[in-house]
Amino acid sequence: MNPIDPPEAGAIIEIIDMHKWYGDFHVLRGIDLTIQKGERIVICGPSGSGKSTLIRCINRLEEHQRGKIIVDGTELTNNIKNIEKIRAEVGMVFQHFNLFPHLTILENLTIGPVWVRKIPRVEAEKTAMYYLEKVHIAEQAKKYPGQLSGGQQQRVAIARSLCMKPNIMLFDEPTSALDPEMVKEVLDVMISLAQEGMTMIVVSHEMGFAKSVAHRVLFMDFGQIVESNTPEAFFENPQHERTQLFLSQILH
Amino acid sequence: MTQPSNLSSPAQIDDIRPPLTSIGVIGWIKSNLFNGLFNSVLTLVTFFFLCKIVPPLIRWIFIDSLWSSTSTECRSASGACWSIISANYRFILFGFFPYELQWRPLSAMILLIGLLLISRHRRMWSKTLFYAWTAGLFFMAVLMKGGIFGLAPVESTQWGGLPLTFLLAVFGLAAAYPLGVLLALGRRSRMPAIKLLSIIYIEMIRGVPLVSLLFMSAVIFPLFLPEGLTINKILRAQAAIIMFTAAYIAEVVRGGLQGIAKGQYEAAESLGLNYVQTMRLIILPQALKIVIPPSVSILISAFKDTSLVVIIGLYDILKTTQTTLANPSWMGFSREAFFFLSCIYFVCCYTMSNYSRKLEKEL
Repeated sequence: MNPIDPPEAGAIIEIIDMHKWYGDFHVLRGIDLTIQKGERIVICGPSGSGKSTLIRCINRLEEHQRGKIIVDGTELTNNIKNIEKIRAEVGMVFQHFNLFPHLTILENLTIGPVWVRKIPRVEAEKTAMYYLEKVHIAEQAKKYPGQLSGGQQQRVAIARSLCMKPNIMLFDEPTSALDPEMVKEVLDVMISLAQEGMTMIVVSHEMGFAKSVAHRVLFMDFGQIVESNTPEAFFENPQHERTQLFLSQILH
Repeated sequence: MTQPSNLSSPAQIDDIRPPLTSIGVIGWIKSNLFNGLFNSVLTLVTFFFLCKIVPPLIRWIFIDSLWSSTSTECRSASGACWSIISANYRFILFGFFPYELQWRPLSAMILLIGLLLISRHRRMWSKTLFYAWTAGLFFMAVLMKGGIFGLAPVESTQWGGLPLTFLLAVFGLAAAYPLGVLLALGRRSRMPAIKLLSIIYIEMIRGVPLVSLLFMSAVIFPLFLPEGLTINKILRAQAAIIMFTAAYIAEVVRGGLQGIAKGQYEAAESLGLNYVQTMRLIILPQALKIVIPPSVSILISAFKDTSLVVIIGLYDILKTTQTTLANPSWMGFSREAFFFLSCIYFVCCYTMSNYSRKLEKEL
């Protein structure tokens, strides 16, 4: 699949001059970023550059201290109701899956819809099975997370987020805790999700994935977005010298 | 590189039985009792002492003992005098509850034990069981207190013995656990006022012995009440036990909460679950499972601590036993009486720890 031009359906996420500090440490230094509905963005950069923190700010797992974040028309403030609403709209997939170990796979998938969306359990289970089919592990529904491989767990985690019918999906290094032979099965699920037009923000160093599905690749360093470009331009002709250095290190 | 052919087909290797000295009875004895010089010596010494102790003990308990006799006969016997139990068991078990009405606390206890036994099985946990408990508690109260359904009223000052111990323990523990969980959550709260209050409560209660709390509830607390208003003494002791146990439970549960990875909170929050849902559905089920062993230790020690209510004049089973021993004709048979008492405590505590192991495996 070749990335098409970013859709112009209107902005779904707007980040305006956003700053964040951990104590005295200035992690994010003036982030300005607008993401269109249906757009797919891959964020890369050296460790400690603030890329995870940036996407964790989008669903308020981290609090920003200056600037504005507007998600789907709602500004993120201390208003807990707004935060819960946005979290329900925004799916998040973590590096370490974070499945609930005391619940079966099926229960992991239905807990959000049943308790947050107030959907009847039977219906929620139907939806859950649909998404489990989609990530090719419907037969594991009655098992517990501990009985699954890393790749399977990550696919369950993706399905868990999808069950909430999110408008936006955030991926925080979804393949970096996986054994190499399991990376592909997770990326395949993410690619099929991309083909359906989901808005995706992916923190990842999977350059193949970035090339094939991203509309835009962002490079972050020292808490700033250093470079933002289409995958072709980004990989063929990086503008910034820090980007060049980084690419030379990861592409060998 | 060629591989030896027997590696590719392991079935061809004949099974060889392990040497006779490493399996079966001989193997067990060798590896558990006589592995090395030190352990062999230890085994022999232990065996020697067991031979010295066990036969006389069995003689004392079973062979030379008297089971139903008068106290005078007992004094000339060389074995245990179990007659102190058979002659006084109703007072020991039920205290000053009117003699001819003692079937009432007995049925209340049977009802309670029955409900507890049914609740053992997790698959029985349902709405019906909840209603059964509600009804059961009501009938237990009626049986103990009387006054309706044509039952003669019995003042709570006359309650005593095992029903009192069970009452203090079961309700003490049942109320202390949820309170302890709330305190643990409070101590980890992001709201400074709640956090501070929880810390003050936990540290203050843990800083004083239960005995002093019981004294306060019995002696000092009534001074603050307006003239004419009195709160039942048992209720006050009950409250003291609940407050005390809750503080310990809180610290144990807090340990469990700290054992839950941050990712679990984040995953729950990113699904849009609110605080109460996150705690109830995700965090507490995992945290409470981790802390089953230390919680049961606390529950067991709290059960035994109910015997401290003797100091404020309540007749729990320890006090009724002591009172029996104060009777001149049965004076001096304290070994038998306390042996009997220990058996009752042991059965209760062992049941609790057994159940906790079962629960740990199931969850």
